[in-house]
Amino acid sequence: MSRLKNDEEYKKTRAFRFFRWMKGEKDPYLDEVEMQPGVPFQDSRTVNEILMEEQETLEKVYNTASNRWLRRFKQLYNVLSVVFSLALAAVMLYMVAKLPTAGTVDRPVNNEVSKVYIENGIQDTGAVNIVTGMILNYRAFDTFGETCVLFIATTCVMILLMKEEEKIRADQTLNDRRFEPKNDVILQKVAFILVPIVFIFGIYVILNGHLSPGGGFSGGAMIGAGMILYVSAYGFDKMQKFFNEHTYKVVKVAALCTYCVVITYYLFMGANDFDNHIPLGVPGMIFSSGIILWLNIFVGIEVACTMYAFYALFRRGGL
Amino acid sequence: MFDGLISNYGEAVAVLLFAIGFGNLLLQKNLIKKIIGLNFMDTGTYLFLAEKGYIEGRMAPIVVNGVQDVNAYINPIPSGLVLTGIVVSVSVTALMLSLTIRLYQRYHTLDMDEISTILKKEEL
Amino acid sequence: MEFLRNFPCFSVILTMCASIVSSGMNGKWARKLNIVVISTVGLLSAAALYLTIVTNQCYVYKMGRFPAPWGNEIRFGVLETLMALFFSVVMLLSVLGGRKHLFEELDPFKENLYYVLVNLLMSSLLALIYTNDLFTAYVFVEINTISACGLIMIRENGHTLEAATRYMIMSLIGSGLLLFGLCILYGITGHLLMSNIKEQVALLVATEQFHIPLIVAIVFIVVGLAVKSALFPFHSWLPDSYGYSTASSAAILSSLVSKGYIFLLVKIFYRVIGFEIITESKILNVLFVFGLCGMIFGSLSAIKENDIRRMIAFSSVAQIGYIYMGFGLRTEAGIIASIFHIFSHAASKSMLFISAVGLTDVSGKSKKFLDLTGAGYRNVIAGITFTVGALSMVGVPLFPGFISKILFARAGVSVTLNRMLPTLICLAVSTILNTVYFMKTVLRIYTPVKTDYKNIKWKENLSCSIVCIFFIILNIALGMYSEPIVELIQSGIAMFA
Repeated sequence: MSRLKNDEEYKKTRAFRFFRWMKGEKDPYLDEVEMQPGVPFQDSRTVNEILMEEQETLEKVYNTASNRWLRRFKQLYNVLSVVFSLALAAVMLYMVAKLPTAGTVDRPVNNEVSKVYIENGIQDTGAVNIVTGMILNYRAFDTFGETCVLFIATTCVMILLMKEEEKIRADQTLNDRRFEPKNDVILQKVAFILVPIVFIFGIYVILNGHLSPGGGFSGGAMIGAGMILYVSAYGFDKMQKFFNEHTYKVVKVAALCTYCVVITYYLFMGANDFDNHIPLGVPGMIFSSGIILWLNIFVGIEVACTMYAFYALFRRGGL
Repeated sequence: MFDGLISNYGEAVAVLLFAIGFGNLLLQKNLIKKIIGLNFMDTGTYLFLAEKGYIEGRMAPIVVNGVQDVNAYINPIPSGLVLTGIVVSVSVTALMLSLTIRLYQRYHTLDMDEISTILKKEEL
Repeated sequence: MEFLRNFPCFSVILTMCASIVSSGMNGKWARKLNIVVISTVGLLSAAALYLTIVTNQCYVYKMGRFPAPWGNEIRFGVLETLMALFFSVVMLLSVLGGRKHLFEELDPFKENLYYVLVNLLMSSLLALIYTNDLFTAYVFVEINTISACGLIMIRENGHTLEAATRYMIMSLIGSGLLLFGLCILYGITGHLLMSNIKEQVALLVATEQFHIPLIVAIVFIVVGLAVKSALFPFHSWLPDSYGYSTASSAAILSSLVSKGYIFLLVKIFYRVIGFEIITESKILNVLFVFGLCGMIFGSLSAIKENDIRRMIAFSSVAQIGYIYMGFGLRTEAGIIASIFHIFSHAASKSMLFISAVGLTDVSGKSKKFLDLTGAGYRNVIAGITFTVGALSMVGVPLFPGFISKILFARAGVSVTLNRMLPTLICLAVSTILNTVYFMKTVLRIYTPVKTDYKNIKWKENLSCSIVCIFFIILNIALGMYSEPIVELIQSGIAMFA
């Protein structure tokens, strides 16, 4: 014989009431609490009047020019800002007066750290330029972080400003060429001479980063400027024949990945005190200083791509 | 106190730039001028840092003629730190300017207060 | 066994490499790579935690051939690896939980850029946890800021753009102050490595040399980091940023990003300035007062809100006030309570954001409370998860919020009277205020009402349901087995200095 209850008996049990409460099928106040019947809402105004009143209230609240308290608050804010900036300047000037004297030798900054960099710089890194040796060999991890800052800034600007290909082509004929329908002849002739010079000088600065002032960052900025000059003179169509979005992605990812692999190898070998078999060469030659030359080249490529990408994204919404 | 300021004049100017940039950031209503104020602050900081490395009468830290004496060159560390800082400043300025472009395309105003007011009325 | 020493460096470089590679892939592969990388980081951190517990010592790892102070250095003990493991678990659950909304709210050809940002955020958090060098910390603080801004504005509407602009301006003020304080500290001590700076600072305090620049440097660094982690008067960017961004972004931002800066502040207190010197100065008093104000003011603003996500964002302001109040107590017990609160807040807040989005889904995408009535019956899993998170925030036993309140109270009673009374009073008042707005929401989502909105069964959104169940398990585990974790934190702090 089945022990299941029939429907009416089940509806009286506590288990049924509990499950009904959990599923939310019945309002717990109905049939339990005495409630007054609701009075229908009566508004004697017409729909038009209600809308007009709402408009007026919004105007009054958000119309800042006529709001007296808001104007007073803004004046107070300006006064407080000026006072705060002057106080900040005064405190900081007082602090500067108490700092160690600038330009002298016996300061806390000139200690054994800079001594080792200057005295053992060439033997440890192979670079004649001590600053390049410091940022790309002693403190290589910081420079890797800095390269990632450039990379992520480009990513964020791409998220904000990048448009799809058809829209770029449609907008280009309208926005870009409104005031200057044809390419400027003077600019083209000058760029024809200047752009190769700028490129060669940029490449020279990158390759000589460890021998003279320069390095990946400055050289990359120069090459980026050369690319921007070419694009301004000749237009995006000509540029896309040798540097379009696909090239950009391939070049950038390849340069950064190789940088990453080289840095990982260098850090891992160095931290575990293994010999990393990278020859340091003769100081003063171009192919010397171990990984510094190659890191400069990768950084230079990345900075050039970044500078050009910033320009193209700001101007056109795409590469 | 004043002779301290006069002997550290580079750092005093850097600190003034920082304070001017900060005031600019607080007082200006236009978003582009606020970004310029941020650039002032960063420039002041880099001048302050670069002043730390200078020693009078010595040369830039590039080894010339094999002279590796520590008394011949200035301190190379602050120069390396300023290099990193300048790159960070450029990236951040580019990001802020692209945010400004997007805001202007959408709201046709560069005033942050007006944008907040329009947003309060706009429903998400 | 000694090979495990390399794992923290591996985890940082692995995430950076993964972000570089993700920028060239399409969205589907970038997503799979992201999940694999975060899980790997979790496993590597667990292995490093095992190593540090077994050998019970702090490891110093030089990055490159040259030891510090000439090269970079990272240092890890029990506390750092525990934090890295916990952050990777919370980040994995947040990214998986908000996945469905990423599909709906993002441009399909920008999806891989989102995972680039998430990977770099993970790498910068790990670097901030492990680093022993102040300038490396600054560079990674900048990476953290820019990727957090990217996470906010990836969902492109008017509110998020304005929120991202406001966030960037305030964060850049903080970074500028931090860098300036760092430069002043370098000028008077001559070192960038944290351990060396500490010796020099102790020398300077003993000989009373450069007294003013030292105070100005410490004030700038503390104010810079406080602005970036949304302490009370500087929190105006927080409600917009957390309230309008996409679900997984809000979860990651609220639980992880501000906590990275707070952990850096703890590191600076212990390893750069020295705990004894900082407890004697007046700076901790100011942090204490602002923390108390933040607790009360954040809860009051949350009560006034009509939008569920902004309400949860204001509750974050209150919780960060708790953490700064713990710093202001000036004892080691206070710091331990603050660090445990970092863990419990990360676990509960991300859960709240993921389930709040689940609740708004069944209410016609509206976030107003009127439309959310009865949502707990329409989406059962989200309702249960939200209830568990709310109970944890209020401080009901069985959940981690209760443990952190007990730790704060215990730290509070062992200090002098003029600090004990405000602590206990504000703790009690803010608990009552928390109860008001969280329980009001829980009661509202469980009020049965007839609507036309569609129900969502748990099978339809399988990944989100599994993530919610894991979140509940994480919270209950943290709440019930908190003793070993508090002991680990204590031993970590002992080897921290």
